[in-house]
Amino acid sequence: MDNINAGDTAWLIVATGLVLMMTPALAFFYGGMVRKKNALSTLNLSIVTMGVISIQWVLYGYTLAFGQSMGGFVGGLNFLGLNGVGAAPNADYAATIPHLLFAAYQMMFAVITPALITGAFVERIKFKTYLVFILLWATLVYDPLAHWVWGVGGFLRSMGALDFAGGTVVHVSAGFSALAFALAIGPRRWFGRAPMEPHNIPFTILGAGLLWVGWFGFNGGSALAANGLAVYALVNTNTAAAAAGLVWMFLTWQDGKPSVLGFVTGAVVGLVAITPAAGFVTPMSAILIGALAAPISYYAMRLRQRRNLDESLDVWACHGMGGAWGALATGLFATKTINEAGADGLFYGNVAQFGIQAVALIIAIAFAFGITFVLTKALNAVWGLRVSPNAEEVGLDISEHGEQAYA
Amino acid sequence: MTKKIEAIIREEKLNDVKEALRRIGIVGMNVVEVRGHGHQGGIELVGRQGTYYVDLLPRIQLNIVLSDHNVEPTIEAISDAARTGGIGDGLIFVYPVEEVIRIRTGERGRDALTYEDDIDTRRQKIPVRNGVNGGNGVKVS
Repeated sequence: MDNINAGDTAWLIVATGLVLMMTPALAFFYGGMVRKKNALSTLNLSIVTMGVISIQWVLYGYTLAFGQSMGGFVGGLNFLGLNGVGAAPNADYAATIPHLLFAAYQMMFAVITPALITGAFVERIKFKTYLVFILLWATLVYDPLAHWVWGVGGFLRSMGALDFAGGTVVHVSAGFSALAFALAIGPRRWFGRAPMEPHNIPFTILGAGLLWVGWFGFNGGSALAANGLAVYALVNTNTAAAAAGLVWMFLTWQDGKPSVLGFVTGAVVGLVAITPAAGFVTPMSAILIGALAAPISYYAMRLRQRRNLDESLDVWACHGMGGAWGALATGLFATKTINEAGADGLFYGNVAQFGIQAVALIIAIAFAFGITFVLTKALNAVWGLRVSPNAEEVGLDISEHGEQAYA
Repeated sequence: MTKKIEAIIREEKLNDVKEALRRIGIVGMNVVEVRGHGHQGGIELVGRQGTYYVDLLPRIQLNIVLSDHNVEPTIEAISDAARTGGIGDGLIFVYPVEEVIRIRTGERGRDALTYEDDIDTRRQKIPVRNGVNGGNGVKVS
Protein backbone atom coordinates (compact mmCIF):
# COMPACT_ATOMS: atom_id res chain seq x y z
CA MET A 1 0.00 0.00 0.00
CA ASP A 2 2.86 2.36 0.79
CA ASN A 3 3.69 2.81 -2.87
CA ILE A 4 0.29 4.27 -3.74
CA ASN A 5 0.64 7.74 -5.23
CA ALA A 6 -2.38 9.95 -4.65
CA GLY A 7 -1.83 12.02 -7.80
CA ASP A 8 -1.49 8.96 -10.04
CA THR A 9 -4.50 7.32 -8.45
CA ALA A 10 -6.67 10.43 -8.78
CA TRP A 11 -5.75 10.85 -12.44
CA LEU A 12 -6.45 7.21 -13.26
CA ILE A 13 -9.85 7.34 -11.54
CA VAL A 14 -10.73 10.34 -13.72
CA ALA A 15 -9.25 8.68 -16.81
CA THR A 16 -11.36 5.58 -16.13
CA GLY A 17 -14.45 7.77 -16.14
CA LEU A 18 -13.33 9.50 -19.34
CA VAL A 19 -12.86 6.19 -21.15
CA LEU A 20 -16.21 4.91 -19.89
CA MET A 21 -17.82 8.04 -21.35
CA MET A 22 -16.46 7.14 -24.78
CA THR A 23 -18.93 4.27 -25.14
CA PRO A 24 -22.07 6.41 -24.90
CA ALA A 25 -20.19 8.98 -27.00
CA LEU A 26 -19.66 6.31 -29.64
CA ALA A 27 -23.36 5.41 -29.36
CA PHE A 28 -24.25 8.96 -30.39
CA PHE A 29 -21.50 9.10 -33.02
CA TYR A 30 -22.98 6.02 -34.70
CA GLY A 31 -26.60 6.73 -33.75
CA GLY A 32 -26.63 9.96 -35.72
CA MET A 33 -25.42 8.25 -38.88
CA VAL A 34 -28.23 5.71 -39.25
CA ARG A 35 -31.81 6.17 -40.37
CA LYS A 36 -34.40 7.39 -37.87
CA LYS A 37 -36.05 3.99 -37.56
CA ASN A 38 -32.81 2.42 -36.27
CA ALA A 39 -31.63 5.19 -33.95
CA LEU A 40 -32.38 3.43 -30.66
CA SER A 41 -31.15 0.09 -31.91
CA THR A 42 -27.83 1.62 -32.92
CA LEU A 43 -27.41 3.51 -29.64
CA ASN A 44 -28.23 0.31 -27.80
CA LEU A 45 -25.64 -1.79 -29.61
CA SER A 46 -22.95 0.39 -28.04
CA ILE A 47 -24.58 1.02 -24.66
CA VAL A 48 -25.31 -2.63 -23.96
CA THR A 49 -21.60 -3.51 -24.07
CA MET A 50 -21.35 -1.52 -20.82
CA GLY A 51 -23.57 -4.22 -19.35
CA VAL A 52 -22.24 -7.37 -20.97
CA ILE A 53 -18.50 -6.67 -21.00
CA SER A 54 -18.42 -5.08 -17.53
CA ILE A 55 -19.68 -8.36 -16.08
CA GLN A 56 -17.52 -10.50 -18.37
CA TRP A 57 -14.42 -8.52 -17.38
CA VAL A 58 -15.01 -8.89 -13.65
CA LEU A 59 -15.82 -12.59 -13.96
CA TYR A 60 -13.03 -13.78 -16.24
CA GLY A 61 -12.06 -11.19 -18.89
CA TYR A 62 -9.45 -9.47 -16.78
CA THR A 63 -7.68 -12.66 -15.85
CA LEU A 64 -7.62 -13.90 -19.46
CA ALA A 65 -5.94 -10.65 -20.45
CA PHE A 66 -3.70 -9.88 -17.47
CA GLY A 67 -3.45 -13.13 -15.48
CA GLN A 68 -0.24 -15.15 -15.17
CA SER A 69 0.80 -15.78 -18.79
CA MET A 70 0.23 -19.23 -20.21
CA GLY A 71 2.88 -19.54 -22.87
CA GLY A 72 2.48 -15.91 -23.92
CA PHE A 73 -0.92 -16.61 -25.50
CA VAL A 74 -3.50 -16.10 -22.76
CA GLY A 75 -3.63 -15.13 -19.13
CA GLY A 76 -4.17 -17.81 -16.52
CA LEU A 77 -7.07 -17.91 -14.10
CA ASN A 78 -5.29 -16.48 -11.05
CA PHE A 79 -7.40 -13.30 -11.16
CA LEU A 80 -10.71 -15.12 -11.78
CA GLY A 81 -13.56 -13.04 -10.36
CA LEU A 82 -10.95 -10.32 -9.65
CA ASN A 83 -9.63 -12.60 -6.91
CA GLY A 84 -6.62 -10.96 -5.30
CA VAL A 85 -7.10 -7.76 -7.30
CA GLY A 86 -7.51 -5.13 -4.65
CA ALA A 87 -6.22 -1.91 -3.14
CA ALA A 88 -2.56 -2.92 -3.25
CA PRO A 89 -0.65 -2.11 -6.45
CA ASN A 90 0.52 -4.74 -8.91
CA ALA A 91 4.04 -3.67 -9.80
CA ASP A 92 3.94 -5.63 -13.07
CA TYR A 93 1.46 -3.14 -14.51
CA ALA A 94 1.20 0.01 -12.43
CA ALA A 95 3.26 0.26 -9.28
CA THR A 96 1.69 3.41 -7.84
CA ILE A 97 -2.06 2.85 -8.14
CA PRO A 98 -4.35 0.16 -6.71
CA HIS A 99 -4.36 -2.99 -8.82
CA LEU A 100 -8.15 -2.81 -8.85
CA LEU A 101 -7.98 0.63 -10.45
CA PHE A 102 -5.75 -0.74 -13.22
CA ALA A 103 -8.31 -3.52 -13.78
CA ALA A 104 -11.18 -1.00 -13.85
CA TYR A 105 -9.32 1.27 -16.28
CA GLN A 106 -8.63 -1.65 -18.59
CA MET A 107 -12.28 -2.71 -18.30
CA MET A 108 -13.38 0.44 -20.10
CA PHE A 109 -11.16 -0.44 -23.07
CA ALA A 110 -12.68 -3.91 -23.17
CA VAL A 111 -16.16 -2.33 -23.09
CA ILE A 112 -15.69 0.10 -25.98
CA THR A 113 -13.88 -2.23 -28.37
CA PRO A 114 -16.82 -4.50 -29.30
CA ALA A 115 -19.00 -1.38 -29.49
CA LEU A 116 -16.70 -0.05 -32.23
CA ILE A 117 -17.45 -3.10 -34.38
CA THR A 118 -21.20 -2.41 -34.36
CA GLY A 119 -20.87 0.20 -37.10
CA ALA A 120 -20.39 -2.65 -39.58
CA PHE A 121 -23.79 -4.24 -39.14
CA VAL A 122 -26.20 -1.57 -37.89
CA GLU A 123 -29.78 -1.50 -39.23
CA ARG A 124 -29.99 -5.28 -39.82
CA ILE A 125 -28.39 -7.19 -36.94
CA LYS A 126 -30.46 -9.59 -34.86
CA PHE A 127 -30.08 -8.44 -31.26
CA LYS A 128 -30.08 -11.90 -29.70
CA THR A 129 -27.21 -13.04 -31.89
CA TYR A 130 -25.36 -9.79 -31.24
CA LEU A 131 -25.40 -10.34 -27.47
CA VAL A 132 -23.82 -13.75 -27.91
CA PHE A 133 -21.37 -12.35 -30.44
CA ILE A 134 -19.92 -9.66 -28.17
CA LEU A 135 -19.50 -12.11 -25.33
CA LEU A 136 -17.68 -14.61 -27.55
CA TRP A 137 -15.70 -11.93 -29.36
CA ALA A 138 -14.46 -10.41 -26.09
CA THR A 139 -13.46 -13.86 -24.90
CA LEU A 140 -11.89 -15.22 -28.08
CA VAL A 141 -10.43 -12.09 -29.68
CA TYR A 142 -10.07 -9.14 -27.30
CA ASP A 143 -8.85 -10.85 -24.14
CA PRO A 144 -6.12 -12.94 -25.84
CA LEU A 145 -4.99 -10.03 -28.01
CA ALA A 146 -4.80 -7.71 -25.00
CA HIS A 147 -2.67 -10.37 -23.34
CA TRP A 148 -0.34 -10.72 -26.33
CA VAL A 149 0.29 -6.96 -26.50
CA TRP A 150 0.02 -5.77 -22.89
CA GLY A 151 0.22 -8.79 -20.60
CA VAL A 152 3.54 -9.51 -18.92
CA GLY A 153 4.87 -12.46 -20.90
CA GLY A 154 2.49 -11.77 -23.81
CA PHE A 155 4.31 -12.81 -26.97
CA LEU A 156 3.91 -9.56 -28.94
CA ARG A 157 5.02 -7.53 -25.91
CA SER A 158 8.02 -9.82 -25.48
CA MET A 159 8.81 -9.33 -29.17
CA GLY A 160 9.06 -5.57 -28.49
CA ALA A 161 5.91 -4.41 -30.27
CA LEU A 162 4.82 -0.95 -29.08
CA ASP A 163 1.16 -0.12 -28.58
CA PHE A 164 0.76 2.74 -26.13
CA ALA A 165 -3.01 2.84 -25.68
CA GLY A 166 -4.49 0.17 -27.89
CA GLY A 167 -4.05 1.00 -31.58
CA THR A 168 -3.71 -2.68 -32.34
CA VAL A 169 -5.64 -4.23 -29.46
CA VAL A 170 -8.62 -1.91 -29.80
CA HIS A 171 -8.74 -0.28 -33.22
CA VAL A 172 -7.09 -2.71 -35.61
CA SER A 173 -8.90 -5.64 -34.01
CA ALA A 174 -12.28 -3.85 -34.11
CA GLY A 175 -11.73 -2.54 -37.64
CA PHE A 176 -10.80 -5.83 -39.24
CA SER A 177 -13.43 -7.72 -37.26
CA ALA A 178 -15.94 -5.21 -38.64
CA LEU A 179 -14.78 -6.03 -42.16
CA ALA A 180 -15.24 -9.75 -41.54
CA PHE A 181 -18.67 -9.21 -40.00
CA ALA A 182 -19.83 -7.02 -42.89
CA LEU A 183 -18.81 -9.70 -45.39
CA ALA A 184 -20.67 -12.34 -43.40
CA ILE A 185 -23.91 -10.43 -42.83
CA GLY A 186 -24.26 -8.84 -46.27
CA PRO A 187 -25.66 -5.44 -47.26
CA ARG A 188 -28.75 -3.71 -45.92
CA ARG A 189 -31.90 -3.95 -48.05
CA TRP A 190 -31.92 -1.19 -50.68
CA PHE A 191 -28.20 -0.56 -50.14
CA GLY A 192 -26.96 1.38 -53.16
CA ARG A 193 -30.52 1.73 -54.55
CA ALA A 194 -32.18 4.02 -52.03
CA PRO A 195 -30.60 6.86 -50.06
CA MET A 196 -29.46 5.97 -46.54
CA GLU A 197 -28.87 9.40 -45.11
CA PRO A 198 -27.62 10.05 -41.59
CA HIS A 199 -30.72 11.04 -39.64
CA ASN A 200 -29.06 13.36 -37.12
CA ILE A 201 -25.59 14.74 -37.88
CA PRO A 202 -25.63 16.91 -34.72
CA PHE A 203 -25.73 13.64 -32.71
CA THR A 204 -22.65 12.49 -34.59
CA ILE A 205 -20.84 15.75 -33.85
CA LEU A 206 -21.84 15.51 -30.19
CA GLY A 207 -20.51 11.95 -30.11
CA ALA A 208 -17.26 12.86 -31.85
CA GLY A 209 -16.71 15.78 -29.48
CA LEU A 210 -17.18 13.58 -26.44
CA LEU A 211 -14.92 10.93 -27.97
CA TRP A 212 -12.21 13.55 -28.42
CA VAL A 213 -12.49 14.55 -24.73
CA GLY A 214 -12.65 10.93 -23.60
CA TRP A 215 -9.54 10.13 -25.62
CA PHE A 216 -7.51 12.29 -23.21
CA GLY A 217 -8.30 9.60 -20.67
CA PHE A 218 -7.76 6.80 -23.17
CA ASN A 219 -4.27 7.92 -24.21
CA GLY A 220 -3.29 10.23 -21.35
CA GLY A 221 -4.35 7.64 -18.81
CA SER A 222 -2.28 4.97 -20.53
CA ALA A 223 0.80 6.57 -18.98
CA LEU A 224 -0.70 5.03 -15.81
CA ALA A 225 0.59 8.01 -13.85
CA ALA A 226 0.04 11.74 -13.53
CA ASN A 227 3.34 12.70 -15.08
CA GLY A 228 5.06 14.28 -18.07
CA LEU A 229 4.41 11.26 -20.24
CA ALA A 230 0.67 11.60 -19.67
CA VAL A 231 0.92 15.21 -20.81
CA TYR A 232 2.85 14.23 -23.94
CA ALA A 233 0.17 11.65 -24.71
CA LEU A 234 -2.58 14.22 -24.17
CA VAL A 235 -0.96 16.87 -26.37
CA ASN A 236 -0.13 14.35 -29.10
CA THR A 237 -3.72 13.12 -29.00
CA ASN A 238 -5.17 16.59 -29.43
CA THR A 239 -2.67 17.50 -32.12
CA ALA A 240 -3.26 14.41 -34.27
CA ALA A 241 -7.05 14.81 -34.03
CA ALA A 242 -6.78 18.43 -35.13
CA ALA A 243 -4.50 17.63 -38.07
CA ALA A 244 -6.60 14.71 -39.30
CA GLY A 245 -9.89 16.62 -38.95
CA LEU A 246 -8.55 19.51 -41.03
CA VAL A 247 -7.05 17.30 -43.72
CA TRP A 248 -10.25 15.27 -44.01
CA MET A 249 -12.25 18.49 -44.34
CA PHE A 250 -9.97 19.61 -47.16
CA LEU A 251 -10.31 16.23 -48.87
CA THR A 252 -14.10 16.57 -48.92
CA TRP A 253 -13.71 20.16 -50.10
CA GLN A 254 -11.58 18.98 -52.98
CA ASP A 255 -14.38 16.55 -53.90
CA GLY A 256 -17.20 19.06 -53.35
CA LYS A 257 -17.75 21.08 -50.21
CA PRO A 258 -16.09 21.14 -46.77
CA SER A 259 -18.09 18.54 -44.88
CA VAL A 260 -18.91 18.97 -41.21
CA LEU A 261 -19.39 15.23 -40.85
CA GLY A 262 -16.05 14.95 -42.66
CA PHE A 263 -14.23 17.12 -40.13
CA VAL A 264 -15.42 15.10 -37.14
CA THR A 265 -14.81 11.79 -38.91
CA GLY A 266 -11.28 12.91 -39.67
CA ALA A 267 -10.76 13.93 -36.06
CA VAL A 268 -11.78 10.46 -34.88
CA VAL A 269 -9.42 8.89 -37.41
CA GLY A 270 -6.61 11.09 -36.09
CA LEU A 271 -7.41 9.96 -32.55
CA VAL A 272 -7.31 6.34 -33.70
CA ALA A 273 -3.98 6.76 -35.48
CA ILE A 274 -2.22 8.47 -32.58
CA THR A 275 -3.43 5.89 -30.04
CA PRO A 276 -0.52 3.42 -30.36
CA ALA A 277 2.01 6.25 -30.71
CA ALA A 278 0.73 8.79 -28.18
CA GLY A 279 3.35 8.08 -25.50
CA PHE A 280 6.30 7.52 -27.84
CA VAL A 281 6.39 10.44 -30.28
CA THR A 282 6.84 14.21 -30.35
CA PRO A 283 3.96 16.63 -31.02
CA MET A 284 5.55 17.44 -34.42
CA SER A 285 5.33 13.77 -35.33
CA ALA A 286 1.73 13.76 -34.10
CA ILE A 287 0.86 16.36 -36.75
CA LEU A 288 2.26 14.09 -39.47
CA ILE A 289 0.62 10.97 -38.05
CA GLY A 290 -2.77 12.71 -37.98
CA ALA A 291 -2.37 14.45 -41.33
CA LEU A 292 -1.47 11.21 -43.11
CA ALA A 293 -4.14 9.16 -41.32
CA ALA A 294 -6.88 11.22 -42.95
CA PRO A 295 -6.12 10.38 -46.61
CA ILE A 296 -5.42 6.75 -45.76
CA SER A 297 -8.85 6.30 -44.18
CA TYR A 298 -10.57 8.61 -46.66
CA TYR A 299 -9.40 6.64 -49.68
CA ALA A 300 -10.01 3.34 -47.89
CA MET A 301 -13.60 4.52 -47.48
CA ARG A 302 -13.84 5.46 -51.16
CA LEU A 303 -12.47 2.04 -52.10
CA ARG A 304 -15.05 0.38 -49.86
CA GLN A 305 -17.80 2.36 -51.57
CA ARG A 306 -16.54 1.50 -55.04
CA ARG A 307 -16.52 -2.18 -54.10
CA ASN A 308 -20.17 -1.73 -53.09
CA LEU A 309 -19.45 -3.28 -49.71
CA ASP A 310 -21.94 -2.31 -47.01
CA GLU A 311 -19.57 -1.98 -44.09
CA SER A 312 -22.10 0.56 -43.02
CA LEU A 313 -20.33 3.13 -40.83
CA ASP A 314 -16.78 2.50 -42.07
CA VAL A 315 -15.27 0.90 -39.00
CA TRP A 316 -12.70 -0.82 -41.20
CA ALA A 317 -11.67 2.35 -43.03
CA CYS A 318 -11.52 4.52 -39.90
CA HIS A 319 -10.41 2.16 -37.13
CA GLY A 320 -8.84 -0.69 -39.08
CA MET A 321 -6.82 1.37 -41.54
CA GLY A 322 -6.32 4.33 -39.18
CA GLY A 323 -5.12 1.93 -36.50
CA ALA A 324 -2.87 0.06 -38.94
CA TRP A 325 -1.25 3.34 -39.99
CA GLY A 326 -0.83 4.30 -36.32
CA ALA A 327 0.87 0.99 -35.52
CA LEU A 328 3.30 1.41 -38.42
CA ALA A 329 3.80 5.10 -37.69
CA THR A 330 4.82 4.19 -34.15
CA GLY A 331 7.61 2.16 -35.73
CA LEU A 332 8.65 5.22 -37.74
CA PHE A 333 8.33 8.12 -35.29
CA ALA A 334 8.91 6.60 -31.82
CA THR A 335 11.76 8.12 -29.87
CA LYS A 336 13.29 7.35 -26.50
CA THR A 337 13.60 11.07 -25.81
CA ILE A 338 9.86 11.02 -25.11
CA ASN A 339 9.64 7.64 -23.41
CA GLU A 340 12.69 5.78 -22.12
CA ALA A 341 10.64 2.63 -21.70
CA GLY A 342 9.76 2.68 -25.40
CA ALA A 343 12.10 2.34 -28.35
CA ASP A 344 13.46 4.36 -31.24
CA GLY A 345 11.65 4.08 -34.56
CA LEU A 346 12.97 3.94 -38.11
CA PHE A 347 13.40 7.72 -38.40
CA TYR A 348 15.54 7.59 -35.26
CA GLY A 349 17.82 4.95 -36.69
CA ASN A 350 16.11 1.77 -35.49
CA VAL A 351 14.90 -0.02 -38.63
CA ALA A 352 14.11 -3.17 -36.67
CA GLN A 353 11.30 -1.47 -34.72
CA PHE A 354 9.37 -0.83 -37.91
CA GLY A 355 9.64 -4.51 -38.78
CA ILE A 356 8.43 -5.55 -35.34
CA GLN A 357 5.44 -3.22 -35.63
CA ALA A 358 4.58 -4.61 -39.08
CA VAL A 359 4.79 -8.22 -37.94
CA ALA A 360 2.65 -7.54 -34.86
CA LEU A 361 0.14 -5.71 -37.04
CA ILE A 362 -0.17 -8.56 -39.53
CA ILE A 363 -0.61 -11.10 -36.75
CA ALA A 364 -3.33 -8.99 -35.12
CA ILE A 365 -5.16 -8.46 -38.43
CA ALA A 366 -5.08 -12.13 -39.34
CA PHE A 367 -6.20 -13.17 -35.86
CA ALA A 368 -9.07 -10.68 -35.50
CA PHE A 369 -10.33 -11.10 -39.06
CA GLY A 370 -10.03 -14.89 -39.02
CA ILE A 371 -11.68 -15.58 -35.66
CA THR A 372 -14.46 -13.09 -36.32
CA PHE A 373 -15.18 -14.54 -39.74
CA VAL A 374 -15.47 -18.06 -38.36
CA LEU A 375 -17.50 -16.82 -35.39
CA THR A 376 -20.00 -14.94 -37.54
CA LYS A 377 -20.43 -17.90 -39.90
CA ALA A 378 -21.09 -20.17 -36.92
CA LEU A 379 -23.54 -17.74 -35.32
CA ASN A 380 -25.30 -17.31 -38.65
CA ALA A 381 -25.80 -21.05 -38.86
CA VAL A 382 -27.13 -21.33 -35.31
CA TRP A 383 -29.28 -18.22 -34.76
CA GLY A 384 -28.96 -16.14 -37.92
CA LEU A 385 -27.19 -12.78 -38.04
CA ARG A 386 -29.99 -10.79 -39.67
CA VAL A 387 -33.54 -9.89 -38.82
CA SER A 388 -36.28 -10.76 -41.36
CA PRO A 389 -36.63 -8.50 -44.43
CA ASN A 390 -39.89 -7.07 -43.07
CA ALA A 391 -38.39 -6.38 -39.65
CA GLU A 392 -35.53 -4.59 -41.39
CA GLU A 393 -37.94 -2.44 -43.42
CA VAL A 394 -39.95 -1.54 -40.31
CA GLY A 395 -36.70 -0.67 -38.53
CA LEU A 396 -35.01 -2.35 -35.60
CA ASP A 397 -36.32 0.12 -33.01
CA ILE A 398 -39.86 -1.19 -33.39
CA SER A 399 -39.16 -4.71 -34.61
CA GLU A 400 -36.41 -5.65 -32.15
CA HIS A 401 -37.13 -3.43 -29.16
CA GLY A 402 -40.77 -2.31 -29.50
CA GLU A 403 -39.70 1.27 -28.88
CA GLN A 404 -39.34 4.33 -31.04
CA ALA A 405 -36.73 7.06 -30.80
CA TYR A 406 -39.05 9.90 -31.72
CA ALA A 407 -42.73 9.79 -30.78
CA MET B 1 -58.97 15.00 -67.39
CA THR B 2 -56.52 15.03 -64.56
CA LYS B 3 -56.68 13.06 -61.34
CA LYS B 4 -54.89 13.10 -58.03
CA ILE B 5 -54.01 9.84 -56.36
CA GLU B 6 -53.59 9.97 -52.64
CA ALA B 7 -52.26 6.70 -51.26
CA ILE B 8 -51.83 5.93 -47.58
CA ILE B 9 -49.27 3.13 -47.19
CA ARG B 10 -47.06 1.51 -44.59
CA GLU B 11 -43.83 3.41 -43.94
CA GLU B 12 -41.77 0.32 -44.56
CA LYS B 13 -43.29 -0.13 -48.03
CA LEU B 14 -42.20 3.27 -49.34
CA ASN B 15 -39.09 1.99 -51.08
CA ASP B 16 -40.99 -0.86 -52.72
CA VAL B 17 -43.74 1.47 -53.91
CA LYS B 18 -41.29 4.09 -55.20
CA GLU B 19 -39.44 1.40 -57.09
CA ALA B 20 -42.69 0.05 -58.62
CA LEU B 21 -43.73 3.57 -59.68
CA ARG B 22 -40.34 4.32 -61.14
CA ARG B 23 -40.59 1.15 -63.19
CA ILE B 24 -43.82 2.28 -64.87
CA GLY B 25 -42.47 5.81 -65.36
CA ILE B 26 -44.07 7.86 -62.60
CA VAL B 27 -41.41 10.50 -62.07
CA GLY B 28 -43.12 13.04 -59.86
CA MET B 29 -44.70 12.65 -56.47
CA ASN B 30 -44.61 14.12 -53.06
CA VAL B 31 -44.51 12.19 -49.86
CA VAL B 32 -45.90 13.20 -46.48
CA GLU B 33 -45.31 11.47 -43.17
CA VAL B 34 -48.69 11.11 -41.50
CA ARG B 35 -50.14 9.36 -38.49
CA GLY B 36 -53.44 7.64 -38.28
CA HIS B 37 -55.40 4.48 -38.01
CA GLY B 38 -58.23 2.73 -39.73
CA HIS B 39 -60.52 0.26 -38.04
CA GLN B 40 -57.56 -1.88 -36.93
CA GLY B 41 -56.58 0.45 -34.05
CA GLY B 42 -52.97 0.65 -32.90
CA ILE B 43 -50.09 -1.38 -31.57
CA GLU B 44 -48.39 -2.01 -28.27
CA LEU B 45 -44.95 -0.53 -27.66
CA VAL B 46 -42.55 -1.46 -24.88
CA GLY B 47 -41.53 0.94 -22.16
CA ARG B 48 -39.41 0.41 -19.08
CA GLN B 49 -42.36 -0.90 -17.06
CA GLY B 50 -43.91 -3.11 -19.72
CA THR B 51 -46.14 -2.25 -22.62
CA TYR B 52 -48.30 0.70 -23.54
CA TYR B 53 -50.75 1.28 -26.34
CA VAL B 54 -50.20 3.60 -29.30
CA ASP B 55 -53.30 4.21 -31.41
CA LEU B 56 -51.96 6.54 -34.11
CA LEU B 57 -49.40 4.78 -36.27
CA PRO B 58 -46.94 6.35 -38.67
CA ARG B 59 -47.97 6.04 -42.31
CA ILE B 60 -46.78 7.52 -45.57
CA GLN B 61 -49.08 9.53 -47.79
CA LEU B 62 -48.11 9.68 -51.46
CA ASN B 63 -49.59 12.39 -53.66
CA ILE B 64 -49.42 11.88 -57.41
CA VAL B 65 -51.19 13.96 -60.05
CA LEU B 66 -51.61 12.34 -63.46
CA SER B 67 -53.83 11.94 -66.52
CA ASP B 68 -56.99 9.84 -66.36
CA HIS B 69 -55.67 7.04 -68.51
CA ASN B 70 -52.69 6.51 -66.19
CA VAL B 71 -54.73 6.10 -63.04
CA GLU B 72 -55.43 2.37 -63.27
CA PRO B 73 -51.84 1.21 -63.93
CA THR B 74 -50.67 3.45 -61.10
CA ILE B 75 -53.23 2.07 -58.67
CA GLU B 76 -52.19 -1.40 -59.67
CA ALA B 77 -48.47 -0.66 -59.14
CA ILE B 78 -49.06 0.91 -55.73
CA SER B 79 -51.40 -1.85 -54.55
CA ASP B 80 -49.09 -4.66 -55.61
CA ALA B 81 -46.04 -3.08 -54.00
CA ALA B 82 -47.75 -1.96 -50.78
CA ARG B 83 -49.70 -5.13 -50.06
CA THR B 84 -48.59 -7.41 -47.23
CA GLY B 85 -52.00 -9.03 -46.77
CA GLY B 86 -52.14 -7.88 -43.17
CA ILE B 87 -54.52 -5.36 -41.64
CA GLY B 88 -53.20 -1.82 -42.07
CA ASP B 89 -51.93 -2.04 -45.66
CA GLY B 90 -53.63 1.29 -46.33
CA LEU B 91 -56.01 2.98 -48.76
CA ILE B 92 -55.88 4.74 -52.11
CA PHE B 93 -58.10 7.73 -52.87
CA VAL B 94 -58.62 9.23 -56.34
CA TYR B 95 -59.79 12.84 -56.74
CA PRO B 96 -60.54 14.97 -59.79
CA VAL B 97 -58.10 17.88 -60.29
CA GLU B 98 -59.44 21.20 -61.62
CA GLU B 99 -56.23 22.66 -62.95
CA VAL B 100 -52.45 22.20 -62.87
CA ILE B 101 -50.00 25.08 -63.31
CA ARG B 102 -46.24 24.70 -63.53
CA ILE B 103 -44.90 27.76 -61.74
CA ARG B 104 -41.60 28.00 -63.64
CA THR B 105 -43.14 28.16 -67.13
CA GLY B 106 -46.77 29.03 -66.55
CA GLU B 107 -47.77 25.90 -68.49
CA ARG B 108 -51.20 24.56 -67.68
CA GLY B 109 -53.05 21.28 -67.81
CA ARG B 110 -51.32 18.33 -69.40
CA ASP B 111 -48.35 20.39 -70.50
CA ALA B 112 -47.64 21.08 -66.85
CA LEU B 113 -47.70 17.34 -66.08
CA THR B 114 -45.41 15.92 -68.75
CA TYR B 115 -41.71 15.30 -68.30
CA GLU B 116 -38.91 13.59 -70.14
CA ASP B 117 -39.20 9.84 -69.47
CA ASP B 118 -42.59 10.07 -67.79
CA ILE B 119 -45.31 7.44 -68.07
CA ASP B 120 -46.73 8.89 -71.32
CA THR B 121 -43.40 9.27 -73.10
CA ARG B 122 -42.65 5.66 -72.33
CA ARG B 123 -45.99 4.57 -73.67
CA GLN B 124 -45.22 6.43 -76.90
CA LYS B 125 -41.75 5.03 -77.23
CA ILE B 126 -42.66 1.37 -76.88
CA PRO B 127 -45.19 1.33 -79.79
CA VAL B 128 -42.81 3.27 -82.03
CA ARG B 129 -40.13 0.66 -81.49
CA ASN B 130 -42.66 -2.03 -82.39
CA GLY B 131 -43.92 -0.09 -85.36
CA VAL B 132 -47.45 0.11 -83.99
CA ASN B 133 -49.15 3.36 -83.16
CA GLY B 134 -50.47 2.68 -79.74
CA GLY B 135 -49.49 6.01 -78.23
CA ASN B 136 -51.97 8.46 -76.89
CA GLY B 137 -50.66 11.46 -78.73
CA VAL B 138 -49.53 13.52 -75.77
CA LYS B 139 -46.87 16.03 -76.76
CA VAL B 140 -43.73 16.07 -74.69
CA SER B 141 -41.96 19.40 -74.45
